[in-house]
Amino acid sequence: MNRLKGYFNALAKYRYLLEDLISRDIKVKYRRSVLGLVWSVLNPLLMMMVISAVFSHIFRFEVENFPIYYLTGSTLYNFYSESTSSAMTSMTGAGALIKKVYIPKYIFPLEKALFAFVNMLFSMIAVVLMIFILRAPVHWTLLLSPIPMLYMLVFCIGIGLILSALSVFFRDLLHLYGVFLTALVYMAPIIYPMEAIAGNKLLVTVVKCNPLYYYIDYFRQLVMKGTIPGLTENLICIGFAVVFLALGLWVFKKCQDKFILYI
Amino acid sequence: MDNRAVIVRDVEMHFNMSKEKIDSIKEYLIKFAKRQLFFEDFVALKDVSLDIEKGDVFGIVGLNGSGKSTLLKVISGILKPTKGSVEIRGTVAPLIELGAGFDMDLTARENIFLNGSVLGFPRQMMRDRFDEIVDFSEMREFLDVPMKNYSSGMVARVAFAVATITRPDILIVDEILAVGDFRFQEKCERRINEMMSGGTTVIIVSHSIEQIERLCNRVMWLERGHIKMIGDKDAVCNAYKES
Repeated sequence: MNRLKGYFNALAKYRYLLEDLISRDIKVKYRRSVLGLVWSVLNPLLMMMVISAVFSHIFRFEVENFPIYYLTGSTLYNFYSESTSSAMTSMTGAGALIKKVYIPKYIFPLEKALFAFVNMLFSMIAVVLMIFILRAPVHWTLLLSPIPMLYMLVFCIGIGLILSALSVFFRDLLHLYGVFLTALVYMAPIIYPMEAIAGNKLLVTVVKCNPLYYYIDYFRQLVMKGTIPGLTENLICIGFAVVFLALGLWVFKKCQDKFILYI
Repeated sequence: MDNRAVIVRDVEMHFNMSKEKIDSIKEYLIKFAKRQLFFEDFVALKDVSLDIEKGDVFGIVGLNGSGKSTLLKVISGILKPTKGSVEIRGTVAPLIELGAGFDMDLTARENIFLNGSVLGFPRQMMRDRFDEIVDFSEMREFLDVPMKNYSSGMVARVAFAVATITRPDILIVDEILAVGDFRFQEKCERRINEMMSGGTTVIIVSHSIEQIERLCNRVMWLERGHIKMIGDKDAVCNAYKES
């Protein structure tokens, strides 16, 4: 009990560091670009135009409001890929620091997840913008969309902790993970609708094993359908988040004392 | 109540000294198959036990590679000892390398706050004492310049000013008094002296035996990770100079 209290005290002491690191990342990311933060909104919009152009003319999926369908999926996917892949390099990136000063090490992957979360909030502006531009139906449930985002934040923190710890010892993971992320785009219904793969039993199983599927589906129900997911959906999302966070904390705690010798 | 600030008991620090670092799974498997994986265990510290009383100025001397910096890192919590325990009573300010927390793309103003939070200082305190830090470093003119345009001496000034803004219970100093021009060095030494008279426990590593004799009251001599001698400064310093 006392140890738990100690952890929370440490987190409170270092919350300024967390804030400063996030604001540093934002500043460094948009330094010297004329549009700055606007890119967080513009980038997903431009990507959406490319994908919509390709997939509504060449492959033709029967999806209502395809641009929004794609944008909702890609917003969450981008959050996942950004937070986990930057968490992966966070420990090696912080090498100079943790060799000189004592800082709780989990701060670094945690900060990357939060930074990606902030970026996702900006991308949400793009989603709302598109809903109005395309005159798609506006549902009040849109206001509930922070719920799946927060579930997913916990999930991403867990994955980030695991990856950041393991990649200290095996740098190969960095290269491998890039490939995995590309595969992941197709292992979740981001570009295509679920109906399009209904014939392929194997792919359906793969997609249903993918935690991202549940978060994206939850999010789309709120934004596009105006329905509130039931208890089962909530429990699945929370379940994945809690299991991976616990696993992440355990792996990280096991490895963290050896980091400094390998960085 | 005893009066100890730092208690180090039977500390042992091992490093896996493989000739090259194993960073990839392929290398790992090859080495594993050849059974070369766990070779050359390097012992940086062995059976180190010491007590430092509150208010002591404790010096550590020894040749390069004798484990001085490793011991400082163990005491400040950066490294976790392989065996043994370290107990610290009070807050620690490590001056192990100045400017470690700086991001060279940010300006000095932003870096002062960033470095403050790296050291765990509250935001409000940093705001209150911002001017004091800037005045001490004498860098007001260049506050909004990205730090990559600073010279190393200028970086060191800012870093020292931030790190010593609080009165820590324990100050750990590793060879940093050799930065900046002579005037700034004097200023740094004055500030450390001020802290000592304020009751701060100081642990110093230095190759300058004169500096150790001038500042410390107790000295430890490390040799190849063992304590060769520990005690009163005159006795240890004389023995060290004769060796």
